[in-house]
Amino acid sequence: MESKMNQYQELVRQGLWKNNPGLVQLLGLCPLLAVTNSLASALGLGLATMLVLLSTNTVVSLIRNYVPNEIRIPVFVMVIASVVTVIELLMHAFMYNLYQALGIFIPLIVTNCIVIGRAEAFASKNAVLPAAFDGLMMGTGFALVLCTLGAVREVIGSGTLFAGADLLLGDWAKVLTIHLYQADNQFLLAILPPGAFLVMGFLIAAKNAVDARIAAKAKPVEQKISRARVTHVST
Amino acid sequence: MSFKIASSPHQHIQKTTAQLMKLVAVAAVPGIAVQAYFFGYGVLIQLLLAIITALLCEAAVLALRGKKVKVKLLDHSALVTALLLAVAIPSYAPWWLVVIGTAFAIIVVKQLYGGLGNNLFNPAMAAYVLLLVSFPLPMTSWLPAAPLQQQSLGPADAVCTIFTNFSCSGYSISQLRQDADGISMATPLDTLKTDLSQGYTTEESMKKPVFGWLSGEGWFWVNLAYLAGGLFLLQQKVIQWRIPVAVLGSLFGFSFIAWLISPDTNASPLFQLFSGATMLAAFFIATDPVSASTTEKGRLVFGALIGGLAFVIRSYGGYPDAFAFAVMLANMTVPLIDYYTQPRTYGHKSKGAR
Repeated sequence: MESKMNQYQELVRQGLWKNNPGLVQLLGLCPLLAVTNSLASALGLGLATMLVLLSTNTVVSLIRNYVPNEIRIPVFVMVIASVVTVIELLMHAFMYNLYQALGIFIPLIVTNCIVIGRAEAFASKNAVLPAAFDGLMMGTGFALVLCTLGAVREVIGSGTLFAGADLLLGDWAKVLTIHLYQADNQFLLAILPPGAFLVMGFLIAAKNAVDARIAAKAKPVEQKISRARVTHVST
Repeated sequence: MSFKIASSPHQHIQKTTAQLMKLVAVAAVPGIAVQAYFFGYGVLIQLLLAIITALLCEAAVLALRGKKVKVKLLDHSALVTALLLAVAIPSYAPWWLVVIGTAFAIIVVKQLYGGLGNNLFNPAMAAYVLLLVSFPLPMTSWLPAAPLQQQSLGPADAVCTIFTNFSCSGYSISQLRQDADGISMATPLDTLKTDLSQGYTTEESMKKPVFGWLSGEGWFWVNLAYLAGGLFLLQQKVIQWRIPVAVLGSLFGFSFIAWLISPDTNASPLFQLFSGATMLAAFFIATDPVSASTTEKGRLVFGALIGGLAFVIRSYGGYPDAFAFAVMLANMTVPLIDYYTQPRTYGHKSKGAR
């Protein structure tokens, strides 16, 4: 029981921080950089990706003992493609505005390396429950990075936060939009693709800085090895 | 006893970075003076703002990185970056423009890449591109040269306009840009581009007062002043002839061919050489020792690439002037150029020979 709990804790840590798909594995950069110009679309794509990861990991784990090893990759790809199609059709039916806003990037989730990566690296080797949980955590980690990027870029670029939330959540969500400031000149670069790369770079740097600080704190006192110098060193 | 053994080159000019940078700043003085005469005292205020921002940012980042702040600040490289950016943006642009640009140049483009000597891109030009892409309107709001301005602007007007967007007598930037007929005037390059797209020929377009003599009222003299500064730098051996000659030669060559083929839809080569930022870019920006190519042949290729790109972007691109983009694109190719133009080491055979 104890070790089971530890396994799940480890999965949370891996997915959200230590092995975060966006910040550490740098997988799925194309949607990460392309749709994160506002918090609402970032959240939409993040949730969709999370759902896809959860479902594909579950299915792949369920069929892992029946798939011949030699053709596992095509099978996984078929599974992923069907799941993405289902989610795309669902979004088409129930969230048409968001579906239009995200456009090509919903079908492109198929090509997101995280999905096939987790299927191959984790789900095909583990039981259903841990696999599903891993998919959920990786998806959450990815969605969190997407949302952070989206929020930062939206605040810098257009001075609002969560504009267009009604596309995602329905009409009541218009109240969620926060107008932080009104500028005559928008900082266009933050909304354009180069801004995504810049903000992404700063996010990765921030994560590394936090890691370095934690590592420095947790560093145990090193035992110094004393050794006698036998060669002459001229200075 | 120990002998001091240094690697080659054994003879070099004993000039420090600080001295070189100071010479660059001195060489830019005539250009700045002419610019201030034709385009208003605003350029001096922009300079002041840029230099203050650059020094503050440089000092802050150096302190964060645990470097010796005073020594590094006094190499004046931040000063030159600030100077190049300040003269590149319109004289009466709002104050935050130059502040954002300089901070980006120093913090992101220069220091995050590892400080002086490690930056891949020319900091001033990267910042200019950032500003141009982000704020296209204020970045292209050049006032017409002084003889064409309807309102005469004094030093106080420059302060008012830069900090409040309105001159002391209450004119906005777009009003200040208007001619006697109330039509706002663009830079010569911009005017020519618009006219050509509307079906005028070059000759018809050139009759407008904004072109003045040869290449634009005021712009010709600004370019001439930077040319003089550049020749001073050459004479002082701060820069070498290869990059500027290659830039100007290739810009001249491309525009000459285009002009021969279709003189009605292309500007003359002399217009290209003496308008916009040509001379400033050829002598002061492309010759940045850090982000330019370092081999002799490489410098020729690098300069020719900038000139060619500048011609293509000026003629077919969406922005009126092109040197910032051309320099940045050429900066990207520098590692490749340097790789293929490595000089033969003494004692080794050249790659082709057996």
